[in-house]
Formats: sequence, C-alpha cells, structure tokens
Amino acid sequence: MVHETPMGRREAVPAIAVAGITKRYPGVVANDNVSLEFYPGEIHVLLGENGAGKSTLIAMLAGMQQPDSGEILLQGRAVRLGSPRTSLDHGIGTVFQHVLLVPSLTVIENLMLGGPWWQRLRKAPALARFQELSALLGVSIDPDAQVGRLSLGQQQQVEIMRALWRGEQVLILDEPTSMLTPQGVRDLGEVLKRLREKGVAIILITHKMQEAHSFGDRISVLRLGRFVGAIEPAQLSRMSQAEVTDKVIQLMFGSSDRGSAEVAALIGDHRNTAPIDMTQAPRLIVRHLSTSAERGECPVRDVSFDLRPGEILGIAGIDGNGQKHLAEVLAGQRPVAEGEIVINGEDVTDRGVEARRRLGLRYITDERLGEGTVGSFSVATNLVLKEIGRPPLWHKGLTLWDKVHLHAREQIRQHDIRTPSERTPIGKLSGGNIQKALLARELTENAGIVIFNKPTYGLDLYNIRLARERIRESAGRGLATIVISTELDELLELADRIGVMFQGRLIGIVDNAPNAERQIGLLMTGVTPA
Amino acid sequence: MDVLLTQSFLTSLIFGAVTAGMPLLLAGLGEQISEKAGVLNIGIEGMMLFGAYCGFVAAYYSDSFWLGYLCGGLGGMVVAGLVALLCIRLGLNQIVIGISLTIGFEGLTALLHYVQFSKTYPRLSPAPILAIPGLADVPVLGRALFAHNPLVYLAVILTFFLGWLFRKSYVGLNLESAGSKPAALDAAGVSVLATRSAAVLTTGFLAGVGGAYMANVGAGLFVPFMTNGAGFIGIVLAMLARGRPVWVLFGAALFGISLAMTTALQVAGINIPTDVVQMLPFAMVMLVLVIFARHSVLPPALGLPYVRGER
Amino acid sequence: MSLASETQLETLAPHRPGGKFARSIGGAVLRILLPVLLALVVGGIILLALGKSPFAYYSYVLERGLFNWIGFQATLTRMVPLLLMAAGLIVAFRAGIWNLGGDGQFLLAAVVTAALAPALIQVMPRSLMIVCCIVASVAVGAIWALLPALLKARYGVNEIITSLMMSFLGISFANVLVKLVFRDPTTTVPQTPDLPVEDRLPRLFDTTVHAGILIALAVIVLVHLMMTRTAFGLKLQIVGANPRAAVHAGLNVAWLTVATFALSAGLIGMAGSVEILGVWGTVRADWNPAYGMIVVPLVFLARFNGIGVIGFTLFFAVLMIGGESAARRIGVPQHYVLVLVALLLLFLALVEYLDQRWRKRVKD
Repeated sequence: MVHETPMGRREAVPAIAVAGITKRYPGVVANDNVSLEFYPGEIHVLLGENGAGKSTLIAMLAGMQQPDSGEILLQGRAVRLGSPRTSLDHGIGTVFQHVLLVPSLTVIENLMLGGPWWQRLRKAPALARFQELSALLGVSIDPDAQVGRLSLGQQQQVEIMRALWRGEQVLILDEPTSMLTPQGVRDLGEVLKRLREKGVAIILITHKMQEAHSFGDRISVLRLGRFVGAIEPAQLSRMSQAEVTDKVIQLMFGSSDRGSAEVAALIGDHRNTAPIDMTQAPRLIVRHLSTSAERGECPVRDVSFDLRPGEILGIAGIDGNGQKHLAEVLAGQRPVAEGEIVINGEDVTDRGVEARRRLGLRYITDERLGEGTVGSFSVATNLVLKEIGRPPLWHKGLTLWDKVHLHAREQIRQHDIRTPSERTPIGKLSGGNIQKALLARELTENAGIVIFNKPTYGLDLYNIRLARERIRESAGRGLATIVISTELDELLELADRIGVMFQGRLIGIVDNAPNAERQIGLLMTGVTPA
Repeated sequence: MDVLLTQSFLTSLIFGAVTAGMPLLLAGLGEQISEKAGVLNIGIEGMMLFGAYCGFVAAYYSDSFWLGYLCGGLGGMVVAGLVALLCIRLGLNQIVIGISLTIGFEGLTALLHYVQFSKTYPRLSPAPILAIPGLADVPVLGRALFAHNPLVYLAVILTFFLGWLFRKSYVGLNLESAGSKPAALDAAGVSVLATRSAAVLTTGFLAGVGGAYMANVGAGLFVPFMTNGAGFIGIVLAMLARGRPVWVLFGAALFGISLAMTTALQVAGINIPTDVVQMLPFAMVMLVLVIFARHSVLPPALGLPYVRGER
Repeated sequence: MSLASETQLETLAPHRPGGKFARSIGGAVLRILLPVLLALVVGGIILLALGKSPFAYYSYVLERGLFNWIGFQATLTRMVPLLLMAAGLIVAFRAGIWNLGGDGQFLLAAVVTAALAPALIQVMPRSLMIVCCIVASVAVGAIWALLPALLKARYGVNEIITSLMMSFLGISFANVLVKLVFRDPTTTVPQTPDLPVEDRLPRLFDTTVHAGILIALAVIVLVHLMMTRTAFGLKLQIVGANPRAAVHAGLNVAWLTVATFALSAGLIGMAGSVEILGVWGTVRADWNPAYGMIVVPLVFLARFNGIGVIGFTLFFAVLMIGGESAARRIGVPQHYVLVLVALLLLFLALVEYLDQRWRKRVKD
C-alpha cells in the first residue's frame, strides 16, 4: 500500500510502526492493543488527555520500557528496542518533556555524551556534526556555553540535536511546547517543518488541540490507552481548528456535543465570571515583594498586587519565571528578602507558615507527593499534616489517633476520596485522589486565601473538571484565590484577572476580557504594554 | 622550641607525613571518583581494611611489595563488588550496606589475623625505597619527599591524571552525568548502573591499594582494625575537594602532617600526650567544615539509586 | 527506613486491618527468621573454614549466654547500654539523621560520670548522685552533638561525616581526660577514681543485674510511645520521611533537627553513664567498648520498632556474652560476632528486597 506524505512523496513502508502494543502497570493498562504507523516526511500527532497512554508508547519507542505484547517494526522489520542506546542506534531520537541535559556540562559536552568511553574527548568531529545539525535546524547556539545558562527554548534545540545526532530517521517529541514562549513555539514549528522536508518521520505528543491542528499532518487520537481514531492528512489539511475539535470529540466520546462538561475541560471553554465587588477591602496585599535566589532558581522581584474576597487572580507565565518562589514566599515557606505581605490588615511579612495558616492562608502545592504529602504515611495522617499538635486532635502533645481516623473517614466520605482505608499510605492513591485529599485538607471552613499551584497538572479529564469546579465554587463562597498555571486556557476559564510572571516580575495584570489572550501572549515574551 | 626546626625533626616529620598521607590520598581519590558518579561510599573503610589484610598476606608470602599492592587492590575490589551488586544493581540503602560491610570485614580480617598471625605477629622487611637521583640530595626536603617507595610517585602522577581524566575524557563526562543528572546519561544510551559500578570498583581498588600501603609500608605489619577511620577521612577529603583531585592531595598532605606529628614530636623529645596530638587531624577537619560549610558541594544525585522511568 | 529504598518508612498504623493479620504476622516472622538462618549458615561455613565446629560454637554461645544463669545475668547486664543506644539511634534515624557519633558521645559521657560520681557521693545520697550523673552525661552527649547538628540544620552539611569526626575527636578527648585531668593519682594503671560497689546502681533482688536494666527498658518504651503517640514524634518522622513536606507543613525543620540530634546523643550519653554507674565504676585509659557501630545494624534489623529492638538486643547480647566466653574456651575470637552481625544485616536487606519484588509481581 502506498502512502502519500504531505510533501507529495510516495512511501510504501512506514519508517516506524507499532502493532498490537499492550503495556500494563500495576492497576492500569497504559496501552491497550495499539497499532499505529509513522511515515517519513510527515508530522504525526498523538493527541489525548493526560493518562491516555501517549507517554508510555513513546517510552517504548525510545527503548526505556518494553511492551508486554505486540511488536515494534522498523522499516517493516520487527525489532526489540531493549535500551535507549538501541533506539538511538536505529536512528530513533526522543526529546522528552523535561530537559535531559546535564546543566554543569557545556552544549558540546552534552552532545558528546555516549561516545566511546575508552577515548579522550575529540571535539572536532563533534563540532562538525554540530554545525551540520545547526544548519539543518536553522538555529545558532554557542557550543561551549554551559547548558544551565541557556534558555529553555535553546535547551530544547540542543535536545533535538542530540536526538538526531546518530541518525535522522525518527524524531519523537513529548509535549514540546509546555515550557516555551509563543515565539519559542513558532521557532519550533519552523524547525519541525525543515526536518519534515528532509524526510524525517516526526511523532509529536500533545494534549493541546491547538497544537495538534497547527503542527500536525495527521492526528491519531488516544483515549484511556486505546486508539480511538485518526484524522488523515488529506482531511486534516482542509479542516479548521473548530472542525478538528469536533471530530476529535466525536472520536473520543462518540458525539460532537460540545456542551458536556468533560469536553469543556478538554477544550477549555471560556467562561464569563461575574464582576468582583472592587469596593471591598483587599484580603491580601503584597507590596514590592522580593526573594533571594539560589543558583538556577528565578526569584521574585518587586511584585505588588491586591486580592479581594471572591476574586480569582490567575498567574500566567512560562515555568521558571518565579512562580514557585512566589507561591512559597506567600505561603511562608520562603523568607521575604524585601517588601511586605499583609493579610486582613495584619503584617505577616516575618511570620511563618503556621501563623499565616491561622489567618486563613492556604497553599496547595503543585508537587503533590514531593512536597504536599508524605507518601508513606496514611491518608489520615496526611489529612492533618498541617495541624499537628493542635486541638482537638491533639491533647497536650499527645496524638488522639481515634479522633484522627474518625476525622479522616469523614473527609474521605465527604470528598469522595477513593482509598481502601484511611490507613492506606497516601502514595498508593491515584493522582486525582491525592489532589482531592489536598483540597479537602486545605479548603477548610476558615480558609480565607488560597493559592493553587498548577492544580490540574497530570490529572485526567474527570479530575481536572472536579478541581476547576472546586476552585470556582470556593471563590464563589468568598475565598480570595490565586491560581498559578502554565495552561493559559485554564486561567482564561477561571480567572477574573490574569497577571503574567516574567523573570520574577509581575509585568502586567490583565482583566479577563475577550482580548486578554493576545495581551497575555505579548506579556509572556516580556513585552510590557506602553 | 628550636628543636622543632632542626633538620632531623623536619625531615622525619615530612617523611612521616607523606607515609601517613598516602593511604588517605588514595582513599580520597577513590572516593572522589565514586562521589562524582553519585555514590556515597560509606563502605570505603571496609575496602581499605580488607585491602590492608590481603596486601599484607600477599607481600608476606611472596616477598614482593608490588604483588602486595595488587592483591590489596583486588581485596578492595571484592568489597566494592558487593557494594556495586547490593547498592547499585539492587538499589539497597547505601549507608546501611556500607556500615554492614565495614563491620563485617573488620570482623573477618580480625578473625583471619587471629588464626594466622596472632601467635607470631610477623613483620615485613622495610619497604624498598626509590630515591630520585638529584632531588633526593636536596637538604631537608630531599630525603623527606623524594626517597619513598615508588607507589608514592605513582600516586602523585595519578592525582594529575585523574584531573585530566575528569575534564578531558568521555569517562569524565560519564561520571559527571551519572552524578548530577543520571537520566540524561541514560537517555544518551550509556548505562548509569555500569558507570556507577565501574566507579565503585575503581574506588575499591584504590582504597585497597591504600590499605596495603598502610600495612606494608607504613606499619610493616597488619593489625586488626588498623585503618582506624582512614576511609572516613578519605570521604571527608573527597567532599572538601569539590571535584578537584589536586585538593585531595593537599588535604591528604595536611592530614599526614598532623598524623605524623606524634612520632615526630617524640623523636624531637617533646612530650605532648599522644591523645592530644591524635585529636589534631579531626579537630582540623571540623574547623575546615565549619569555615567552608556553605561551600561544601556534593553532586545532586549523590546517594540516590537510579531507576529508569521512575518519575 | 526500609533497607530496600532510601525514602520509605513504615506507616504509623498501629495495627493492620482485619483478616490479613494472621498472614502478615506469619510473613513478618518469616522475613526475620530467614535472614537469621542464612546468616548462621554462612557464618557457620566461615567457622568451618577456620577449622572450628559451628555446632560447637553456636551451642556454646546459647548455653553460656542464655541458658546459664550466670551467663544470662551477664547478658541482661550487657543489654543495658545497647538498649539505651538503640533508643538514641531510633530517634535519630527516624528523623533522617545519621548519628554515627555514638562512640564519642558514649565515652565522653561515661568519663564525665566516672569523674563526677566519686566526688558527688561524698556530699549527697546515692540516688541523688545517680540522677545528677545521668543528667550531666545526657547533657554532655547532647552538647557533643551540637556542632554536627547545627552544621546540618543551618548549612546542610552531611552529618555522617561530621558525627564520625566528632566521634574520633571525642574518643581521643575522653582519653585525655582520663589520663590527665581526672586521673586517679593512687593507681598505677591510668583510670578515674573508682566508685565503690556499694555506691553504684543497686542490684536487683539477688542477681548481679543492676537497676540500669529497668531504666533502659523504661526508656525504650518511652521512646516507642513518643514516636507513635506524640506530636513531637510525628513531626520528627515527617522530617525524616519528607523534609520538603515538613517545610510545607510549617514545621521548624532546623529546630527539630537540632532537638532530635541532641536527644539522640543525650540518650547515648545516658548509656555511657549507666554503664559506669552500674558495671565499671571507673573508666580506664584507652577503654572503648565501641558499641556505637554495632547498634546500627541492630536498629535496622528491628525495623526501628521499639519492641523489636528489645528482642534483637537480647539476641545481640547473648551473642556477645556467649561469644566472649567462646573466645576463651573454644578459641573463636570475639571478632566473629562482627561477621555474624554483618551477615545478618546483608541477608535482611536481600530478603526484604526479594520480598518487595515478589509482592510487586504478585500484584500484576
């Protein structure tokens, strides 16, 4: 069977294909009998929500995991990709979502990683190849620059070079745009187009409809580990983004009804929120706030804003522009270097986490297991992690375990946390249920200000919807809310105002009006409006 | 006080310092390799001790110091092999395994020594010295620095070789990656486990040779538990040296001087109690740690087992 | 901390739910017995290689350490410092603090008690003297841990190295104190002035076991209760299990680090004090029983459980007492016990690893 690529060439055999691939992890089937073909000179997008099985599939193509059943076919021949080295040797290069470069080494040193270990470094041939690939990609980077000092976009370009170093058959990219500015996304698009012209088979993983439409020649849709349908190149080139959206929804859910809430979560419908009463006194006042930075971190620089009850302030911006510091300094986990923080008229600049908590401040971290909970401790203990030592669950320093467990059972029932028991180690729960536990813990009766950091990161559609509903609902009850997110759609859906973090500064706050997206896009690149 | 500045005192002090510092140098260099690759080798004390025992036995029965060093190195590698298997391959807790191995080999070597030598306590003949012509005739320093067992010169050369290796070879790149971002090394197609295992085995070899030197050259015999913390001092040296082998050399030299103080003072007829002098090196380490507390740099992935695909 | 991974800690659940109870007991017993058996077998092979009979050795150790009344009393006496030091290590390790400075802390505290006791007994009744000495020793142990604790809390300096260095420092310093400062001028062998037997910790009933065993058992139980039932115990376990979560939860990690380190070293200091007050009455020059290292495997084998620690301490004490006897009678030196302990721990780590692997496979 002959396949016509977007470039008009005719290819008989896919560069790489998977046939009947199945992969299981404890408790979940990550890939269920998936068969796909990837042709040279074509950008094939794998689209699906978080948990659809995309990352697992490419982990196997990259040689990091093995399928439980099924085959991987290279130019029609079955191969076993037992290790990353094997994949690389076959010309399959993968760029993962999180940069896999050694920050302390230079660009050229990173690219030379994997060379013959019994030899000394010979830069000349590596530099030659570097120039070759730079020309191919159309980028210019200093090979002797330390990787840790490059921008994320440049680091990604180095990653692409590394992926193509030993061969340019197949290039796989996993969620490549999540860390990029809008300009960076455009640059990436140019690079991919050039590679496509050269006949590279490109596999692009994404959960964003817009990206799939703008980059893809062919879209295959995955849901819950299964392949549910594809949009062929011939059709796709003629469809608008809205049409693509409809088609994808149809493939996923069997109808093109855009009204269902699940769908809304996927495509991020813009909602209009009721105007906030700006005559109220702000619950949180931040003035000229700054933190001090350690190596590799972006500190907060001179940030000021007000937050009123019932208001949702979105904080947009590419990861690494000071958002983490902002969340931590507001919560009290990080000391204030300069400036002040005032809650309900009280200056809390020098007070710690506990004191701010007592004044109603809550912080839901983005790192659920790394920071928000202790994975090996029970759900019950984690639900009271921030109340240790205080009545009514503690009496004179002694833990009243019966009450703790009773409290836990109540919370589990009330918030529908799926767990075998309140004594189960919380690390065993799914991401969505851990998030439910965190929400239960933080959004208590006397919460007044809540900071959400990437609240829907890594969750499936159902739990994304749930989390967003909770956020809206608690704001409706009068909670002053900050939502930090790298997903602009999410903020456009939830927030009343959206501020943009750039290099540690809050360079602009925009009302969530129809032209907000464009303004925010500009701000994210550092362009301050006149 | 003048007696401290006499030639004989200085010569014997510096000579003693080199002899005492050598095992520390080798242990420190070895540990530096492991730490670069992200392995905190607590078991290095056991590696040195077993190396001391094997080295002594080999030298005793064969009359060859070089064979002694070789067997010492192999002995250290045996212990290191266990670390590589249990900690790197299987991912068991490095600190617990390290302490267990140290205790175990302390007991084992003491046991073997009891069975073989406790009645006779044999000594080796003094180690052969290679005096570097010309340099060895320099007053004071000549006899102190340039008339040693050849292993000393090799160790110094090794120091500079490692400096070159870390910066200008693929091995150096691999070690650096294994220690600071193992996932990157894995994605580049190099086995993190193999790199770390190789690093640990090399550490074992060097530590074992250091132990053998301590027994055969430093003391001339093997005594149970004789390393007495030398391996741990090697860990300290590696930690303070921040990736530069030359700093290990300096540290070992300083340590060697304080260790050699006791005998040198006795030679000079000054009567400071041994225990006070013995406190010196450790007090010095604490002082340095306090001063440089903020700057002690360890690779980020130190002590964490690497599992592919774990998020 | 489990042996099979860096970051796991056992859940605080006081008991496991329902029907799995019996199976989990059986499994737990097997998981402990199997490594013991393997260690004894492999150790036995080593004995054979050295020309000694394992059966003769083991039966002699058991007989002398456990089944012989005099030996059993010696075993109980030996348990005292081990229990107290184990308590100290449990506190530290659970908080993620590797306090490896036990030998130095023990010895310095012992010397302080040995120096104070003969002096204080002149001016106060025995019970008050005992209390004062123990308090002083606890303080000394805690103070000796301050530097490593502060370096860790403030600068994140690895406490393995600092505590080890302080230990070596402490051992030498203790010797200096014995030989120069507190030396008894009337004896030929350098030692501190002797505390007469009647002024030491009283013997229990008709035995040779001193009251220290009661103190030690009480401390272990108290530590167990503290860990499982108090806010402080919970807080330090959070610091050990996930320091970032501790910060997130608003805990004062620096203070907890220092407090836990001091508590741990204080308990180890208590061990030194009680050992002098109960057994020796004096510290001789160059005396160092070096329990510090051997208690580390003990605590791991007992999975940081206070009650399990009592069982394993008994086991270790039997080995040590029986082993000391065997050294004299059968000619297997005391060092063999070290080998056995190491084998025990290695096999425990292996069995635990295999168990986890087996469980994972069963789940799929």
